[in-house]
Amino acid sequence: MIYLQLFWEFFKIGLFAVGGGMATIPFLEHLSESSGWYPLSFITDMIAISESTPGPIGINMATYVGYNVGGLPGGFIATLGVVVPSIAIVTIVSRYMEKFSGNRLMDNAFYGLRPAVIGLILVAGLTVVQTSFFHVYQLADFARLGEVLDWRKLVLFVLMFFAIRKFNKHPIFYIAVAAVIGIVFQF
Amino acid sequence: MSDLEQKNDSLLRLYLTFFKMGMVTFGGGYAMLPILEREVVEKYRWADKEKVLDYYAVSQGLPGIIAVNVAVFIGYHRKKVPGGIAAALGVVSPCILIITLIAACLQNFQNNPYVQHALGGISVCVCALIASTLLGLWKKSVKDVTGFVIFLVVAALSLLTEISPILIVIAAAIAGILIREVQRRRKA
Repeated sequence: MIYLQLFWEFFKIGLFAVGGGMATIPFLEHLSESSGWYPLSFITDMIAISESTPGPIGINMATYVGYNVGGLPGGFIATLGVVVPSIAIVTIVSRYMEKFSGNRLMDNAFYGLRPAVIGLILVAGLTVVQTSFFHVYQLADFARLGEVLDWRKLVLFVLMFFAIRKFNKHPIFYIAVAAVIGIVFQF
Repeated sequence: MSDLEQKNDSLLRLYLTFFKMGMVTFGGGYAMLPILEREVVEKYRWADKEKVLDYYAVSQGLPGIIAVNVAVFIGYHRKKVPGGIAAALGVVSPCILIITLIAACLQNFQNNPYVQHALGGISVCVCALIASTLLGLWKKSVKDVTGFVIFLVVAALSLLTEISPILIVIAAAIAGILIREVQRRRKA
Protein backbone atom coordinates (compact mmCIF):
# COMPACT_ATOMS: atom_id res chain seq x y z
CA MET A 1 0.00 0.00 0.00
CA ILE A 2 2.02 2.89 -1.37
CA TYR A 3 -0.04 5.66 0.26
CA LEU A 4 0.30 4.23 3.73
CA GLN A 5 4.03 3.86 3.18
CA LEU A 6 4.29 7.46 1.92
CA PHE A 7 2.40 8.75 4.92
CA TRP A 8 4.56 6.78 7.33
CA GLU A 9 7.88 7.82 5.74
CA PHE A 10 6.96 11.51 5.75
CA PHE A 11 5.44 11.26 9.19
CA LYS A 12 8.86 10.12 10.40
CA ILE A 13 10.53 13.06 8.64
CA GLY A 14 8.07 15.49 10.27
CA LEU A 15 8.74 13.89 13.62
CA PHE A 16 12.52 13.84 13.50
CA ALA A 17 13.71 16.64 11.18
CA VAL A 18 14.51 19.49 13.56
CA GLY A 19 15.51 22.88 12.19
CA GLY A 20 13.19 23.52 9.26
CA GLY A 21 12.99 22.55 5.61
CA MET A 22 16.65 22.05 4.79
CA ALA A 23 16.91 19.61 7.69
CA THR A 24 14.69 17.24 5.71
CA ILE A 25 17.31 16.73 2.96
CA PRO A 26 19.39 14.03 4.74
CA PHE A 27 16.14 12.18 5.43
CA LEU A 28 15.14 12.41 1.78
CA GLU A 29 18.53 11.04 0.73
CA HIS A 30 18.07 8.12 3.06
CA LEU A 31 14.54 7.55 1.77
CA SER A 32 15.85 7.49 -1.80
CA GLU A 33 18.19 4.65 -0.91
CA SER A 34 15.82 2.66 1.26
CA SER A 35 12.70 2.90 -0.89
CA GLY A 36 14.05 3.29 -4.42
CA TRP A 37 11.14 5.65 -5.14
CA TYR A 38 13.41 8.21 -6.81
CA PRO A 39 17.13 8.50 -7.68
CA LEU A 40 19.47 10.68 -5.59
CA SER A 41 19.85 13.09 -8.52
CA PHE A 42 16.14 13.84 -8.19
CA ILE A 43 16.82 15.63 -4.90
CA THR A 44 18.80 18.40 -6.61
CA ASP A 45 15.88 19.09 -8.98
CA MET A 46 13.56 19.06 -6.03
CA ILE A 47 15.58 21.66 -4.14
CA ALA A 48 15.69 23.90 -7.23
CA ILE A 49 11.93 23.67 -7.67
CA SER A 50 11.26 24.19 -3.96
CA GLU A 51 13.37 27.30 -3.98
CA SER A 52 11.68 28.73 -7.05
CA THR A 53 8.15 28.32 -5.76
CA PRO A 54 6.39 29.91 -2.81
CA GLY A 55 5.75 27.97 0.36
CA PRO A 56 7.94 26.45 3.05
CA ILE A 57 10.70 24.39 1.40
CA GLY A 58 10.11 21.27 3.50
CA ILE A 59 6.47 21.16 2.45
CA ASN A 60 7.28 21.69 -1.22
CA MET A 61 9.68 18.77 -1.11
CA ALA A 62 7.12 16.48 0.52
CA THR A 63 4.51 17.34 -2.10
CA TYR A 64 6.99 16.92 -4.96
CA VAL A 65 8.22 13.49 -3.85
CA GLY A 66 4.69 12.37 -3.00
CA TYR A 67 3.38 13.43 -6.41
CA ASN A 68 6.14 11.64 -8.26
CA VAL A 69 5.62 8.47 -6.26
CA GLY A 70 1.85 8.35 -6.03
CA GLY A 71 0.30 11.07 -8.20
CA LEU A 72 -2.11 13.64 -6.84
CA PRO A 73 -3.19 11.66 -3.75
CA GLY A 74 0.48 10.82 -3.13
CA GLY A 75 1.43 14.51 -2.95
CA PHE A 76 -1.42 15.23 -0.59
CA ILE A 77 -0.70 12.26 1.69
CA ALA A 78 3.06 12.88 1.91
CA THR A 79 2.42 16.52 2.84
CA LEU A 80 -0.12 15.49 5.43
CA GLY A 81 2.43 13.06 6.83
CA VAL A 82 4.95 15.84 7.43
CA VAL A 83 2.36 18.12 9.01
CA VAL A 84 0.64 15.73 11.44
CA PRO A 85 3.58 15.45 13.90
CA SER A 86 3.85 19.28 13.94
CA ILE A 87 0.20 19.62 14.87
CA ALA A 88 0.54 17.08 17.68
CA ILE A 89 3.81 18.38 19.09
CA VAL A 90 2.94 22.08 18.91
CA THR A 91 -0.45 21.44 20.49
CA ILE A 92 1.18 19.74 23.46
CA VAL A 93 3.85 22.46 23.80
CA SER A 94 1.19 25.20 23.47
CA ARG A 95 -0.77 23.72 26.37
CA TYR A 96 2.28 23.85 28.59
CA MET A 97 3.20 27.33 27.45
CA GLU A 98 -0.25 28.61 28.33
CA LYS A 99 -0.29 26.74 31.61
CA PHE A 100 3.04 28.17 32.68
CA SER A 101 2.61 31.63 31.23
CA GLY A 102 3.58 34.17 33.87
CA ASN A 103 5.80 31.59 35.53
CA ARG A 104 9.16 33.15 36.42
CA LEU A 105 11.26 30.33 34.98
CA MET A 106 9.39 30.47 31.68
CA ASP A 107 9.58 34.27 31.42
CA ASN A 108 13.31 34.12 32.06
CA ALA A 109 13.76 31.44 29.41
CA PHE A 110 12.07 33.74 26.90
CA TYR A 111 14.23 36.62 28.07
CA GLY A 112 17.13 34.59 26.64
CA LEU A 113 15.23 33.19 23.67
CA ARG A 114 14.03 36.46 22.12
CA PRO A 115 17.44 37.99 21.36
CA ALA A 116 18.62 34.52 20.29
CA VAL A 117 15.90 34.11 17.68
CA ILE A 118 16.64 37.61 16.34
CA GLY A 119 20.24 36.46 15.88
CA LEU A 120 19.16 33.25 14.13
CA ILE A 121 16.79 35.05 11.75
CA LEU A 122 19.46 37.66 10.98
CA VAL A 123 21.94 34.95 10.01
CA ALA A 124 19.30 33.18 7.91
CA GLY A 125 18.73 36.51 6.12
CA LEU A 126 22.47 37.00 5.62
CA THR A 127 22.69 33.59 3.96
CA VAL A 128 20.11 34.76 1.43
CA VAL A 129 22.08 37.98 0.93
CA GLN A 130 25.26 35.98 0.35
CA THR A 131 23.76 33.74 -2.31
CA SER A 132 21.69 36.40 -4.03
CA PHE A 133 23.82 39.59 -3.93
CA PHE A 134 27.20 38.00 -4.55
CA HIS A 135 28.31 35.58 -7.18
CA VAL A 136 29.41 33.11 -4.54
CA TYR A 137 31.67 31.01 -6.68
CA GLN A 138 34.02 34.00 -6.89
CA LEU A 139 33.78 35.02 -3.27
CA ALA A 140 37.20 33.58 -2.42
CA ASP A 141 38.63 36.50 -4.35
CA PHE A 142 37.84 39.26 -1.91
CA ALA A 143 40.16 41.80 -3.55
CA ARG A 144 37.68 42.02 -6.42
CA LEU A 145 34.69 42.61 -4.15
CA GLY A 146 33.41 45.26 -6.54
CA GLU A 147 33.10 42.71 -9.30
CA VAL A 148 31.54 39.91 -7.31
CA LEU A 149 28.90 42.13 -5.74
CA ASP A 150 25.75 42.59 -7.77
CA TRP A 151 25.35 46.37 -7.50
CA ARG A 152 21.87 46.45 -9.04
CA LYS A 153 20.62 44.17 -6.31
CA LEU A 154 22.19 46.30 -3.63
CA VAL A 155 20.47 49.39 -5.06
CA LEU A 156 17.14 47.55 -5.18
CA PHE A 157 17.66 46.40 -1.59
CA VAL A 158 18.25 49.95 -0.33
CA LEU A 159 15.28 51.32 -2.30
CA MET A 160 13.04 48.50 -1.11
CA PHE A 161 14.13 48.90 2.50
CA PHE A 162 13.30 52.61 2.58
CA ALA A 163 10.03 52.09 0.71
CA ILE A 164 9.00 49.44 3.26
CA ARG A 165 9.87 51.71 6.19
CA LYS A 166 8.15 54.75 4.69
CA PHE A 167 4.96 53.45 3.07
CA ASN A 168 4.00 50.46 5.18
CA LYS A 169 2.25 48.65 2.33
CA HIS A 170 1.45 44.95 2.44
CA PRO A 171 4.54 42.70 1.96
CA ILE A 172 2.78 41.05 -1.01
CA PHE A 173 2.89 44.40 -2.81
CA TYR A 174 6.66 44.69 -2.46
CA ILE A 175 7.19 41.05 -3.49
CA ALA A 176 5.13 41.60 -6.66
CA VAL A 177 6.99 44.83 -7.52
CA ALA A 178 10.35 43.10 -6.96
CA ALA A 179 9.35 40.21 -9.24
CA VAL A 180 8.45 42.67 -12.03
CA ILE A 181 11.68 44.63 -11.54
CA GLY A 182 13.61 41.35 -11.62
CA ILE A 183 12.06 40.41 -14.95
CA VAL A 184 12.38 43.88 -16.54
CA PHE A 185 16.01 44.39 -15.51
CA GLN A 186 16.96 40.72 -15.95
CA PHE A 187 18.22 40.05 -12.43
CA MET B 1 -18.59 39.94 20.06
CA SER B 2 -19.79 41.63 16.89
CA ASP B 3 -20.49 39.69 13.70
CA LEU B 4 -17.40 41.10 12.06
CA GLU B 5 -15.13 40.06 14.90
CA GLN B 6 -16.63 36.61 14.92
CA LYS B 7 -16.07 36.28 11.22
CA ASN B 8 -12.46 37.33 11.63
CA ASP B 9 -11.91 34.69 14.23
CA SER B 10 -13.48 31.76 12.43
CA LEU B 11 -11.63 28.64 11.36
CA LEU B 12 -12.17 29.58 7.74
CA ARG B 13 -10.49 32.91 8.35
CA LEU B 14 -7.51 31.16 9.93
CA TYR B 15 -7.30 28.76 7.00
CA LEU B 16 -7.53 31.51 4.36
CA THR B 17 -5.06 33.80 6.10
CA PHE B 18 -2.45 31.07 6.33
CA PHE B 19 -3.24 30.00 2.76
CA LYS B 20 -2.34 33.52 1.67
CA MET B 21 0.87 33.39 3.68
CA GLY B 22 1.86 30.02 2.24
CA MET B 23 1.34 31.41 -1.24
CA VAL B 24 3.70 34.36 -0.90
CA THR B 25 6.44 32.97 1.35
CA PHE B 26 9.59 32.46 -0.70
CA GLY B 27 12.25 30.59 1.25
CA GLY B 28 12.22 29.00 4.67
CA GLY B 29 10.14 29.79 7.71
CA TYR B 30 11.98 33.02 8.48
CA ALA B 31 10.82 34.48 5.14
CA MET B 32 7.25 34.19 6.45
CA LEU B 33 7.90 36.51 9.40
CA PRO B 34 7.23 39.87 7.68
CA ILE B 35 3.89 38.81 6.22
CA LEU B 36 2.96 37.00 9.42
CA GLU B 37 3.48 40.21 11.34
CA ARG B 38 1.37 42.11 8.88
CA GLU B 39 -1.56 39.67 8.90
CA VAL B 40 -1.50 38.17 12.39
CA VAL B 41 -0.22 41.10 14.44
CA GLU B 42 -1.37 44.23 12.59
CA LYS B 43 -4.45 43.19 10.65
CA TYR B 44 -6.24 40.63 12.80
CA ARG B 45 -4.48 41.20 16.14
CA TRP B 46 -4.49 37.48 16.86
CA ALA B 47 -1.22 37.81 18.78
CA ASP B 48 1.27 40.55 19.61
CA LYS B 49 4.80 40.86 18.23
CA GLU B 50 6.42 39.29 21.27
CA LYS B 51 4.13 36.28 21.18
CA VAL B 52 4.90 35.70 17.48
CA LEU B 53 8.61 35.91 18.21
CA ASP B 54 8.22 33.47 21.11
CA TYR B 55 6.47 31.04 18.78
CA TYR B 56 9.35 31.36 16.32
CA ALA B 57 11.88 30.73 19.05
CA VAL B 58 10.15 27.57 20.26
CA SER B 59 9.46 26.38 16.69
CA GLN B 60 13.18 26.51 15.93
CA GLY B 61 13.79 23.97 18.65
CA LEU B 62 10.91 21.64 17.82
CA PRO B 63 10.85 18.98 15.11
CA GLY B 64 8.92 19.76 11.92
CA ILE B 65 8.79 22.56 9.38
CA ILE B 66 9.20 25.91 11.15
CA ALA B 67 6.50 27.73 9.15
CA VAL B 68 4.01 24.96 9.93
CA ASN B 69 4.92 24.94 13.62
CA VAL B 70 4.38 28.71 13.87
CA ALA B 71 1.04 28.36 12.04
CA VAL B 72 -0.11 25.67 14.49
CA PHE B 73 0.94 27.81 17.45
CA ILE B 74 -1.14 30.75 16.25
CA GLY B 75 -4.07 28.57 15.20
CA TYR B 76 -4.07 26.80 18.57
CA HIS B 77 -3.79 30.12 20.40
CA ARG B 78 -7.00 31.31 18.71
CA LYS B 79 -9.11 28.20 18.31
CA LYS B 80 -7.44 25.30 20.13
CA VAL B 81 -6.87 22.06 18.19
CA PRO B 82 -9.25 22.81 15.28
CA GLY B 83 -7.52 26.19 14.88
CA GLY B 84 -4.10 24.56 14.78
CA ILE B 85 -5.26 22.12 12.12
CA ALA B 86 -6.92 24.87 10.05
CA ALA B 87 -3.79 27.05 10.13
CA ALA B 88 -1.47 24.13 9.25
CA LEU B 89 -3.66 23.04 6.35
CA GLY B 90 -3.87 26.65 5.18
CA VAL B 91 -0.13 27.12 5.00
CA VAL B 92 0.44 23.85 3.08
CA SER B 93 -2.52 24.01 0.66
CA PRO B 94 -0.92 26.43 -1.83
CA CYS B 95 2.21 24.26 -1.90
CA ILE B 96 0.18 21.21 -2.79
CA LEU B 97 -1.59 23.09 -5.59
CA ILE B 98 1.48 24.82 -7.01
CA ILE B 99 3.93 21.92 -6.79
CA THR B 100 1.42 19.49 -8.25
CA LEU B 101 0.80 21.87 -11.13
CA ILE B 102 4.53 22.22 -11.77
CA ALA B 103 5.25 18.50 -11.46
CA ALA B 104 2.34 17.68 -13.75
CA CYS B 105 2.59 20.28 -16.50
CA LEU B 106 5.54 22.62 -16.22
CA GLN B 107 8.71 20.65 -16.79
CA ASN B 108 11.87 22.74 -16.35
CA PHE B 109 9.88 25.45 -14.61
CA GLN B 110 12.88 26.23 -12.41
CA ASN B 111 15.09 26.84 -15.46
CA ASN B 112 12.74 29.26 -17.17
CA PRO B 113 14.59 32.62 -17.54
CA TYR B 114 11.55 34.68 -16.50
CA VAL B 115 11.16 32.62 -13.34
CA GLN B 116 14.87 33.06 -12.63
CA HIS B 117 14.77 36.85 -13.08
CA ALA B 118 11.60 37.23 -11.01
CA LEU B 119 13.17 35.17 -8.22
CA GLY B 120 16.31 37.33 -8.39
CA GLY B 121 14.15 40.35 -7.59
CA ILE B 122 12.02 38.55 -5.02
CA SER B 123 15.01 37.32 -3.01
CA VAL B 124 16.29 40.91 -2.67
CA CYS B 125 12.83 41.98 -1.56
CA VAL B 126 12.61 39.18 1.01
CA CYS B 127 15.93 40.38 2.49
CA ALA B 128 14.65 43.95 2.73
CA LEU B 129 11.40 42.79 4.34
CA ILE B 130 13.25 40.68 6.90
CA ALA B 131 15.66 43.53 7.67
CA SER B 132 12.75 45.89 8.26
CA THR B 133 10.90 43.35 10.43
CA LEU B 134 14.00 42.64 12.52
CA LEU B 135 14.48 46.36 13.07
CA GLY B 136 10.92 46.56 14.37
CA LEU B 137 11.42 43.56 16.67
CA TRP B 138 14.76 44.72 17.97
CA LYS B 139 13.45 47.03 20.70
CA LYS B 140 11.02 44.46 21.98
CA SER B 141 13.51 41.63 22.20
CA VAL B 142 16.91 43.14 22.92
CA LYS B 143 16.05 45.16 25.98
CA ASP B 144 19.41 45.56 27.71
CA VAL B 145 23.13 44.83 27.47
CA THR B 146 22.65 41.18 28.46
CA GLY B 147 20.13 40.72 25.66
CA PHE B 148 22.54 42.35 23.23
CA VAL B 149 25.33 39.98 24.28
CA ILE B 150 23.04 36.96 23.82
CA PHE B 151 22.13 38.28 20.36
CA LEU B 152 25.80 38.73 19.39
CA VAL B 153 26.87 35.32 20.68
CA VAL B 154 24.01 33.55 18.90
CA ALA B 155 24.62 35.42 15.62
CA ALA B 156 28.35 34.60 15.78
CA LEU B 157 27.79 30.92 16.63
CA SER B 158 25.21 30.49 13.92
CA LEU B 159 27.29 32.33 11.31
CA LEU B 160 30.70 30.84 12.06
CA THR B 161 30.06 27.36 13.42
CA GLU B 162 27.99 24.35 12.44
CA ILE B 163 26.26 24.11 15.83
CA SER B 164 22.65 23.10 15.35
CA PRO B 165 20.02 25.80 15.94
CA ILE B 166 18.26 23.46 18.39
CA LEU B 167 21.27 23.49 20.72
CA ILE B 168 21.57 27.26 20.34
CA VAL B 169 17.92 27.76 21.23
CA ILE B 170 18.14 25.47 24.27
CA ALA B 171 21.36 27.14 25.45
CA ALA B 172 19.79 30.61 25.08
CA ALA B 173 16.79 29.57 27.18
CA ILE B 174 19.06 28.18 29.91
CA ALA B 175 21.25 31.30 29.75
CA GLY B 176 18.15 33.48 30.16
CA ILE B 177 17.06 31.55 33.25
CA LEU B 178 20.52 31.57 34.85
CA ILE B 179 21.25 35.24 34.15
CA ARG B 180 17.90 36.46 35.47
CA GLU B 181 18.20 34.29 38.53
CA VAL B 182 21.65 35.68 39.36
CA GLN B 183 20.40 39.23 38.79
CA ARG B 184 17.43 38.62 41.08
CA ARG B 185 19.54 37.21 43.89
CA ARG B 186 21.95 40.11 43.70
CA LYS B 187 19.08 42.55 44.12
CA ALA B 188 17.64 40.62 47.05
